[in-house]
Amino acid sequence: MTANNSIDEVFRAEWSRLVAVLVRDFGDLELAEDCAQDAFAQANQKWGSSVGVPDKPAAWLTTTARRKALDTLRRSSTYKDKLAEIEVRARRGPERTAGGELIDERLTLLLGCCHPALNLEAQVALTLRLVAGLTTRQIARAFLIEEDTMGKRISRAKAKIRQAAIPFDPVDTEVLRYRLAAVQHVIYLIFNEGHSSHGDEALVRGDLCDEAVWLAGLLARLVPEDAEVHGLHSLILLIDARRSTRVDAEGLPILLEDQDRCEWDRVKIEEGLSALGRAIEKGPVGGFGLQALLASLHATARTFAATDWARIVSTYDLLLEVDDTPVVRLNRAIALSYAEGPQAGLDAIEPLKDDLDGYVYLHSATAELLHRVGDDLGAIASFERSLECAPSEAERKFLERRLNALGA
Amino acid sequence: MKYALLLYSSEAAGPQTEEEMAEEMPKWFGFTEELNQAGKNHGGEALLPVATATTVQVRDGSRITTDGPFAETKEVLGGFYIIEASDLDEAMAWAEKVPSAPYGSVEIRPIMEIPGA
Repeated sequence: MTANNSIDEVFRAEWSRLVAVLVRDFGDLELAEDCAQDAFAQANQKWGSSVGVPDKPAAWLTTTARRKALDTLRRSSTYKDKLAEIEVRARRGPERTAGGELIDERLTLLLGCCHPALNLEAQVALTLRLVAGLTTRQIARAFLIEEDTMGKRISRAKAKIRQAAIPFDPVDTEVLRYRLAAVQHVIYLIFNEGHSSHGDEALVRGDLCDEAVWLAGLLARLVPEDAEVHGLHSLILLIDARRSTRVDAEGLPILLEDQDRCEWDRVKIEEGLSALGRAIEKGPVGGFGLQALLASLHATARTFAATDWARIVSTYDLLLEVDDTPVVRLNRAIALSYAEGPQAGLDAIEPLKDDLDGYVYLHSATAELLHRVGDDLGAIASFERSLECAPSEAERKFLERRLNALGA
Repeated sequence: MKYALLLYSSEAAGPQTEEEMAEEMPKWFGFTEELNQAGKNHGGEALLPVATATTVQVRDGSRITTDGPFAETKEVLGGFYIIEASDLDEAMAWAEKVPSAPYGSVEIRPIMEIPGA
């Protein structure tokens, strides 16, 4: 292992902890971020040259960053006013729950970044910057916007946190439950951003999938008693396991049935299945857990034909109990077409047509089913209709390719 | 009779820089002093910019939080409270209890701390 590699690993493991401890001790996001960054810059210089990474890098980083924070504060005009507060905070040390259990500062940091008084874009950006440790430039690239725009987004969010006094303090168990949902939503969104990109974009945005996998794993370690965080972790791992088989050389999507299952990432599938096991063990399984269960049924099927479609349909029925949306119903209808035949699928899609009239996949799924019952003219009409629903560039090419295959 | 004077303006209008602000401040102190002298001042505050606003609503018994001001076009200002809270979470918890929260919106705006005022 090279020295650089191991500095990267220390950064990965320690960045969020360091920022979180500094936020806890100094109550100032900007200061925490600056000092954590400074400590890592110093570490890079020191460890990169000759010394190598010390035995306890975390302790060195914390001491260095704390010293920097105190220096910075001493030079500020409000130091005297703040001194008492800082001393109280520093003496308090790690926070505990009402039951006396230690609360990891990183959970507090995550919850703060995903505070409901911040808009979703700001929550995503702050989570990637402060918890995952991405630079503003990296986040901007991943979201395909100018670095300057992303920089402004992040500073606006920080200004609101400061001016409106959004707390980065531990929350009690009852509040944790609904605030966790926001964190899960943000992590899922980060994953989806990376996952739904195609072609050249995917090269850049695939990083977001890695970040989401890492964040979901972190959250699962921080709140191990919660079933849904394991469900989310499992779902992301199981879907991400198919990453390299999802698009072809031209960047066009490859349908699940045409994906090369030998290329699926076995390690991620195993990790995803263990996470799913933990979700089921903790229970009750929620929306993410049920979606993970669906993903696991695909991940463990040796071939598309060998998929346990009946079980997939019954899992969709459970999912509808917690998340009854037309899109879930559409996916259930597609599964039903494999369990009971394409006509059953078409019958199940029929009542969704009003709600999903502008949805690309309603029409493309209908087209595939019509093709399977032998109605190619109907299939062509449905593919043409799906092209009118503003598909992405890759989706459009894919749909046109399907149309060509039908001789249209 | 008591009246509330509600001050509206575009954030792009009025003093923008710190110098311009410093120039205008005496007018505000002067007006406040005039009210005080006349015995007519029953309180007032400057609010932080609208970017610091958070809106709380209660729908189907659950709190909905939005970043920013979020009054429906038909919603009009019906009243206000000035509260002391240790942070935004506490302010949001009070906002949720406002009796109109289940059918209206409660916008939370931090109050500006004016040094020496």
